[in-house]
Amino acid sequence: MSEAAPVDIHAAQIRKFKIQDMLFHQVTLVFAFIVLAALAGILISLAIEAMPVFKQSGPAFLWTNVWNVPEDRYGALAAIYGTVVTSIIALVIAVPVSFGIALFLTETCPAWLRRPLGTAIELLAGVPSIIYGIWGLFVFAPLFAKHVQPYLQAALGDAPVIGGWFAGPPIGIGILTAGIVLSLMVIPFVASVMRDVFETVPPPLKESAYGVGCTTWEVVTNVVLPYTRVGVIGGIMLGLGRALGETMAVTFVIGNANRIVGSLYAPGTSIASTLANEFGEASPGLHISSLFALGLVLFIITFIVLAISRWLIRRGVAKQGK
Amino acid sequence: MNLYARRVWTNRFGIALSMVAMAFGLLALLWILWTLFYNGFAALSWEFFTQDTPAPGSAGGGLRNAIVGSLLIIVVTTLVSTPIGILAGIYLAEFGTRSRFAAATRFVTDIMLSAPSIVIGLFVYALAVATLGGFSGWAGSLALSLIAIPVVVRTTENMLLLVPTALREAAFAVGAPRWQVSLKVTLRAVKAGVVTGILLAIARVTGETAPLLFTALNNQFYSTDMSQPMGNLPVVIFQFAMSPYDNWVSLAWGGALLIALLVLGINVFARVLFRKKSSD
Repeated sequence: MSEAAPVDIHAAQIRKFKIQDMLFHQVTLVFAFIVLAALAGILISLAIEAMPVFKQSGPAFLWTNVWNVPEDRYGALAAIYGTVVTSIIALVIAVPVSFGIALFLTETCPAWLRRPLGTAIELLAGVPSIIYGIWGLFVFAPLFAKHVQPYLQAALGDAPVIGGWFAGPPIGIGILTAGIVLSLMVIPFVASVMRDVFETVPPPLKESAYGVGCTTWEVVTNVVLPYTRVGVIGGIMLGLGRALGETMAVTFVIGNANRIVGSLYAPGTSIASTLANEFGEASPGLHISSLFALGLVLFIITFIVLAISRWLIRRGVAKQGK
Repeated sequence: MNLYARRVWTNRFGIALSMVAMAFGLLALLWILWTLFYNGFAALSWEFFTQDTPAPGSAGGGLRNAIVGSLLIIVVTTLVSTPIGILAGIYLAEFGTRSRFAAATRFVTDIMLSAPSIVIGLFVYALAVATLGGFSGWAGSLALSLIAIPVVVRTTENMLLLVPTALREAAFAVGAPRWQVSLKVTLRAVKAGVVTGILLAIARVTGETAPLLFTALNNQFYSTDMSQPMGNLPVVIFQFAMSPYDNWVSLAWGGALLIALLVLGINVFARVLFRKKSSD
């Protein structure tokens, strides 16, 4: 009986703690919910704003090649084309280079250089995209036009099929330049994912390959790469997601011409750069609605690509413990 | 060439190519930084920090209004996104290890980390600018917060998950309620990591241009009124670099240098801070 009194005092204290804990739980939950709600909000608001243009042209908006502001007729094809082509160019350059960087950092690099070089690559990822843009416009594009494009044209201009890609005046600004600047931007992302998944390969696996006399190159291509395939593809998808949505670096160098030309030397446009250029001055109505529709298309494409990438990278890294 | 020699040469060729790739990455970084320093430092002067952005065609001028505007927008962004990000991170790490809601939130934060920032600008335009009457510094901060929050959430959660369970149990055993364990024990144990996350978030939003284009817009004049359009470095760099005036282009380089120094400085500082703390 004599214990009853102290227990009661504690009960009040415990009740207070319980209420506080419940409040704390709910408060943190609300903030986690904000994050989730933001995504839903983005999708819903873009869809609402894009409604008028989809009502007018239906899904044909996606494959109509027209962007005529005075006549108020809009189609997304040229912007989608530019977005996809620049991203493909970026990946064609970035994937082998990133693979080389990851190979070097995990296999051949002296231990004392690993950290500084890895940090340098990560810093490349930290450089704001507008810096890539201004550098591309004032430094890279003029040099590229003068010293690379004419020779590329002379060498490949008459080749079947791909010859047309290098047609036209070498002005430096265009789809190809945008793709190259974009590749520099995605290399750090792809390279760091590749490095991380390469490091998940169990050392005994590699050591046994070395033990039977494999060269470094053979170990990487026959052991490391098959083992990390899933994660590597995830890294490439992450790079693709980044490239598709990149705005400033592309806007500076792509030339902003809303049309589709077969040549990669020609100026073009991408979804993000169309938004950056036109949204500020867009007139209310169909024009602004079309821009929202472009944003919605971009968001859905990158969402799918990034979701696949996340799934693959998680699978690739989760293998580590097994 | 026999099989052995061929294998050796393939190996040498492959390794050489990987070194070329590494050199390519480093050269790109050095080339970009070099041109940035070369053109940027030429633009820096006393007037650069004390005068406002010049009108078209007029000589001289500086970026005072843009620098102040950027600082204000970033400070507000940090104040908004830090508590939201940390509390959401605590939820994911402490309460949401198994729930489906937490899994969905985690998925969304991961996507938002790499989502196109220009789309976030569009969203804030539709949400705040079009409905609440015009471009403003607040709208700019809101857009940047949406970019910063996922970074803070992710690092906070990852750091909290590193705290040994024994530490939590020890705190529970002496009768601490859950909120005290979270705020006074686990969060404190990973303070350095969480601060690193906040710094990385600041570095990330400092250079963001696209979401500010349709939210904060720009302002040619000095203003500290967050409810009005506000000058800010990234948008000024964008407009000035594309302009035909030499002094504008030069100012754009100076602004780009300023942003790059800030972003790279924060990045390096965050790394040093985290490494020092985690090696203790």
